[in-house]
Amino acid sequence: MATRQTASLARLMRAPAIILLLIWMVIPLGMTLYYSFLNYNLLNPSVTSWAGWFNYQYFYTDPAFLESIWNTIVLVLGVLLITVCGGIGIAMLIDKPIFGQGIVRILVISPFFVMPPVAALIWKNMIMHPSYGVFADIAKFFGASPVDWFAQFPLLSIIIIVAWQWLPFATLILLTALQSLDGEQMEAAEMDGAPAISRFIHLVLPHMARAITVVILIQTIFLLGIYAEILVTTNGGPGFASTNLTFLIYRAARLNFDIGGAAAGGIIAVILANIVAIFLMRAVGRNLD
Amino acid sequence: MGQITLEEVAKRFGEVEVIPPLDLTIEDGEFVVFVGPSGCGKSTLLRLIAGLEDVSGGRILIDGTDATDASPAKRGLAMVFQSYALYPHMSVRKNIAFPMRMAGLSKDEQDRRIEAAAKALNLTNYLDRRPGQLSGGQRQRVAIGRAIVREPSAFLFDEPLSNLDAALRVGMRLEISELHNRLKTTMIYVTHDQVEAMTMADKIVVLQAGRIEQVGSPLDLYLRPRNVFVAGFIGSPRMNLFSGPTAAEYGAETIGVRPEHIAISAEGGKWKGRIGVSEHLGSDSFFYVEETGLTETITVRSDGELGFRHGDTVWLTPNEERIHRFDKTGDRIA
Ligand SMILES: Nc1ncnc2c1ncn2[C@@H]1O[C@H](COP(=O)(O)OP(=O)(O)OP(=O)(O)O)[C@@H](O)[C@H]1O
Ligand SMILES: [Mg+2]
Repeated sequence: MATRQTASLARLMRAPAIILLLIWMVIPLGMTLYYSFLNYNLLNPSVTSWAGWFNYQYFYTDPAFLESIWNTIVLVLGVLLITVCGGIGIAMLIDKPIFGQGIVRILVISPFFVMPPVAALIWKNMIMHPSYGVFADIAKFFGASPVDWFAQFPLLSIIIIVAWQWLPFATLILLTALQSLDGEQMEAAEMDGAPAISRFIHLVLPHMARAITVVILIQTIFLLGIYAEILVTTNGGPGFASTNLTFLIYRAARLNFDIGGAAAGGIIAVILANIVAIFLMRAVGRNLD
Repeated sequence: MGQITLEEVAKRFGEVEVIPPLDLTIEDGEFVVFVGPSGCGKSTLLRLIAGLEDVSGGRILIDGTDATDASPAKRGLAMVFQSYALYPHMSVRKNIAFPMRMAGLSKDEQDRRIEAAAKALNLTNYLDRRPGQLSGGQRQRVAIGRAIVREPSAFLFDEPLSNLDAALRVGMRLEISELHNRLKTTMIYVTHDQVEAMTMADKIVVLQAGRIEQVGSPLDLYLRPRNVFVAGFIGSPRMNLFSGPTAAEYGAETIGVRPEHIAISAEGGKWKGRIGVSEHLGSDSFFYVEETGLTETITVRSDGELGFRHGDTVWLTPNEERIHRFDKTGDRIA
C-alpha cells in the first residue's frame, strides 16, 4: 500500500470478510471446546453434566489413540513421498513433446476430478478386490495367490488410493514449475559438461524447490483429515490398523455416540495439526520468501 | 588449440532450410564475428558449432577431428549466452566453479582459477552474491568468468552485450577484446552491431538468409565489399546506392559511394540538392540531402565545423576513386 489512507481503507474493506471468517471458525471451535468438557452421550442426550478433563483423559489413555497418531503420520508421509517423487517423474515425462500430448495431460490430471469415496470404491471393488480385482487377476495370471489388500495391508492400501488421488495435483504444480525453467540455463549446464543426472540435481530440483514446498504444505493440510477413503474401504480396521486420528474421532462420535469424547479428540487433533503446521512452516516455509 | 572447420554444414528445421550447405574455416586464435540481419541464422550457426543443435548435413571439425556427433560437453567449447544463463540459486563463486566441479578438478585448482578469473573480471567483491543481486554488466562478467575457467579451445558469444546500455557496451567490448589479446583463444562472436563487428573482429563473416556473403577482415569488407548486400550492410551510416543512368555512366548496374567519400559544398559540384536533416555531432556532421533527382536521400558525412542547415542548397561531388561498381547480379565489378 502506497499511503496510510489506502492502508486503512484497505483494512476497512477487508474487515467484513475477515469477521465473517472468524465467526465461521470461532463458533464451531467454541462449541467443540464446550462439549469436550461435558458428559454428553447421544444414547442419553437429555442428561448432560460437567466432566472436567475426563473426556481428554479417556481419549488420551485409549490404546487406539497412539496407534491412530502413528497411522496418521505414516499415511501423510507415505502419500507425500509417493506424490512428490511420482509427481516429479511424471511432470518430467509429460514435459517432453510427445505424440498426443494434450490427451496424455488430461488423462494424467483426471483422477483429481473423481470424488474421494467414488475413487476409494473403485479401488476397493475393481482393483484391489481379492476375487474380482485387477491385481488379483494379475496375480492369478502369474500363478500367485491373490493378495487380500485391505485385510493384509490396510494402511498401505489406503496410502496407495490417496496417493493416486493426489498425484495429479502434485504433477500439475510441478509441471508448471518445470515449464518455467529457462532452456538456456539447461544448455549452459550441458556445455559445462553436466550429465543429465547432475543437471537434475543442480538445476531442476533447486528450481522446483518452491513448488515442492507448496505441494507438501497444501497436501499435508488435506491429508491430516483423510476420512472418506477409510470409511468406504477398511472402516478403520482390522482392529485399529488403518484408523487415523480423524477416523478415531468419527468412531467415538458415531459408533459410541460419545459427543463429549469426540469433541475432546477433535480439540486434540486441532492442537496436533497446529503443531505440525508450525513445524512445517519453520522447516519448509523458508523456501517461500 | 582451437581451429574449427565447417564442411558443407547445413541445417533444416522441418521443411525450412535455415542454413544451406556452407564451408567456413576459423583459424586458431582468431576473433571471428558473425554479422547479418535478424533471422539470418547467426545464432543457429553458433549453436551448430556448440553442438546444441544437430546438423542436417555436413561435418564439423575441431582441431582436425570430426566433432559432428560429439556432445556439447565433449567439444571443449564454452558459450556465453545473450540471457547470461547463470544458475540463479548458486552464488557467483559456485556459478564459476560449476564447470570445474563437473570436470572433477581438485578444490585447490578450482579456487586458484576462480581467484584468477575474479581478479581479471573485477568480480572479487561479488563472489558470494547471487546472480539476482548483480547488475547486468556484472552478470555478463560472471558468465564470461564461467567460460574462462574451463580453459576452452574456443569461446562462443551470442550477442552478449545486447542487454546492456550503450556506455557499458563500449566498456565490455574493450574488456572482451583485451581478454582475447591476453588469452589468444579462438573466439566466435555473434552480433548485429556494426561497431562491435568492425572494432573487435580479425575476420568478419557476413551472413544473409543462412548464406555466407563475404568473409574477410573489417577493412577488406569496408574497402572491397563483394556485392551490393555487403556494401549496404557494412559501414555506418549506410553506403549510398545509385542505379539507372547515374550507374550507367560508370558502366555498372549499381554504384555505391560511402557518405564519407562525398564532398559537400555551397559553391558547385556534380550533383545539386537540398539539405533535409542535418545532424551535428561535433566531431562529424551528417547531412541527408534530398531533391537530387538521383535517389531518395543521399547521406553525406563531413567534418564537424560545416554549418549547413535545413533547406540550404548544396552541391555534392563523389570521390571518383572511391566509387564501388556492381553488375546486374549485384556482384562487384573489379
Ligand atoms: N527451433 C526452430 N524451429 C524452426 N525454425 C527456427 C528454429 N530456430 C530458429 N529458426 C528459424 O531460423 C532462422 C534463423 O534463426 P536464428 O535464431 O539463427 O537467427 P539470428 O540470425 O540469430 O537472428 P537474431 O539476430 O534476431 O538473433 C529464423 O528464420 C528462425 O525463424
Ligand atoms: Mg540470434
